Amino acid sequence: MSESIISVENLSKCYKIGRQAAKGDGLRHVLEQAVRAPFAWLRPESREKRGKTEEFWALRGLDLEIERGQMVGIIGRNGAGKSTFLKLLSRITEPTTGRIRLRGRVASLLEVGTGFHPELTGRENIFLNGSILGMSRAEIQRKFDEIVAFAEINKFLDTPVKRYSSGMYVRLAFAVAAHLEPEILIVDEVLAVGDAEFQKKCLGKMEDVSTKEGRTVILVSHQMPAIQNLCTRCILMDRGQLQQDGKTSDVIAGYLAKGHELASGDLSQRTDRAGKGRARVTGIDLLDSSGNPLVEAASGGDVILRVSYEVRQGETLKGGLLVLDLSSDLKSFIGLSTALASKRELQLSGDGYVDFLVPKWPLLGGRYSLSVYLEAEGEAQDVIDDAAIVDTVDGDFFGSGKSHHKGWHGEYVLVPHSWDQGS
Amino acid sequence: MSEIIIEQGRSERQYWRDLWRYRELLYFLAWRDILVRYKQTVIGVAWAVIRPLLTMLVLTFIFGKLAKMDSGGVPYPILVFCGMLPWQFFANAFTESGNSLVSNAGMISKVYFPRLVVPISSVITSFVDFLISSVLMALMMVYYGYLPGASVLMLPLFILLAFATAFGAGLWVSALMVRYRDFRFILPFVVQFGLYISPVGFSSNVVPEQWRWLYSLNPMVGVIDGFRWAILGQQNLYWPGFWISVAGVALIILSGIWYFRRTERTFADVI
Repeated sequence: MSESIISVENLSKCYKIGRQAAKGDGLRHVLEQAVRAPFAWLRPESREKRGKTEEFWALRGLDLEIERGQMVGIIGRNGAGKSTFLKLLSRITEPTTGRIRLRGRVASLLEVGTGFHPELTGRENIFLNGSILGMSRAEIQRKFDEIVAFAEINKFLDTPVKRYSSGMYVRLAFAVAAHLEPEILIVDEVLAVGDAEFQKKCLGKMEDVSTKEGRTVILVSHQMPAIQNLCTRCILMDRGQLQQDGKTSDVIAGYLAKGHELASGDLSQRTDRAGKGRARVTGIDLLDSSGNPLVEAASGGDVILRVSYEVRQGETLKGGLLVLDLSSDLKSFIGLSTALASKRELQLSGDGYVDFLVPKWPLLGGRYSLSVYLEAEGEAQDVIDDAAIVDTVDGDFFGSGKSHHKGWHGEYVLVPHSWDQGS
Repeated sequence: MSEIIIEQGRSERQYWRDLWRYRELLYFLAWRDILVRYKQTVIGVAWAVIRPLLTMLVLTFIFGKLAKMDSGGVPYPILVFCGMLPWQFFANAFTESGNSLVSNAGMISKVYFPRLVVPISSVITSFVDFLISSVLMALMMVYYGYLPGASVLMLPLFILLAFATAFGAGLWVSALMVRYRDFRFILPFVVQFGLYISPVGFSSNVVPEQWRWLYSLNPMVGVIDGFRWAILGQQNLYWPGFWISVAGVALIILSGIWYFRRTERTFADVI
């Protein structure tokens, strides 16, 4: 039983991103090139070499062994590379480096109801979806009744699915996928939809698949309880790398403690940003004064906000300005600026970070949204609204055991003060 | 037990086996497209009859009545329809398969299957329309009392050639469309021009003899001439031209598969 069914060696996936990529990719550009070097454009490599495209490594050097019959959970914040990993496992896209060795048939469920056609009836969609997922017609026919019963859509079997409620739609879609019989089942965050009762049923089904039928299941989810209940082994990913691998409860505990609350997404994946992009903010971390990650800031504690950036290869940008803005309910509470806090000039090149040290964190308990503005060479380079969430808990700001009066929340910032009484 | 190795540039080995394994998907996708095509239309499948019929009337009017082109003794409507049969098949298959990958983008970015299944199934879907038109053709021939000779037995060969042309061209366009949506605009042009530069509305006998080899570089010339020869049986087939067309089709289909396979692996990233 300890033979590994999935072996992953040094797996990496690189995506080309940024405006430059689009420029070198248009048909007009390709035609221009074709005149200069006929037929060179047919080779994908040459297309990639041309121009300065920015690279984004969604997955970097992943090594992993998964044994037959294991049920493995994969967790990590958005952009950690979980979905990319599943896409590689499912052969939807190919790795940039490294290899995966699969010793069994894989079925993946990366989305509920892939290929469903709204005009077709439930019955027709079962066959269509089943065959898209890799089932043979005979196999679908054999399991047809089971699928219908599981989805609880008996009455609507011959109704076009466009008339289904979203709950019915999800139930049907999951039911088809749940009756796949692969040796390896890959599931990505599909339980987030559907009502609680049906979710429970799905989880139960997956447990059966793993324990009773001895199949290997890989499950990506943000729902810790689901992972906790189902998986014996859990993998934590962060920025395309394997961060932690072990017993589920340990890994989840590690994940929750690490302050992943802060950055609600890997900033390098954010597309809702403005600016020239010669330098980009890649991440924001909340640290205590000795550099340990924090889940949340406490009023009165010393806090470091670390803003990581990357500058386009080979460029050095002068006249840097980095501004952070912390707001709640659209009201700004704190502004931090490299230009205000020091006379030094911020110069940007390569990868690096700026640490803002805020002694005696002045915010009251609550959730604050952090926006970031990065300027260099006189132009905005990167602007991201709501780049991260900074959760704050009330703390002993004044050393008096009290933090603030009732009703101050959302209205006040704490400043150190003292008072004296005279007469 | 099957072992699969996933690496950059490596999926060749199991690819053709996978394609065989997914042959039912081919069928289901074609079946879906046929089922869906005429949903929520009032006259339904009648469209498959009306479209070629109207085009035939227009072409007969322009080339037969106005331009008074030589039909070699064949009733002009039959001459035109016989050319339209393969042309409409090609045009539909070309358009449908060209758009097929992009319109199935959701599937492509979420599920693995050999991508070749998608354009192939589009060609099959168009083939169903072709069959419907064929019935129409047969009825017309009965109406005009024009019965084909023994050469009609060669027809399957030319149908195959038409199939190959549509498939090869479809492969190119579908793969190119994934990256360059420009082809969405190029496609209708090709189809529109093609109707007039291919011998649909006229017989290719009107092309001067010394230029016929050049004319045959358009693979559809060989296909359409072949259809006319097999069904109407009157004119002799211009064989050099036919072989040029066959060679052209072979080139398109092989290069199409080559390009498709080459770019296929990145479809999910680009689409």
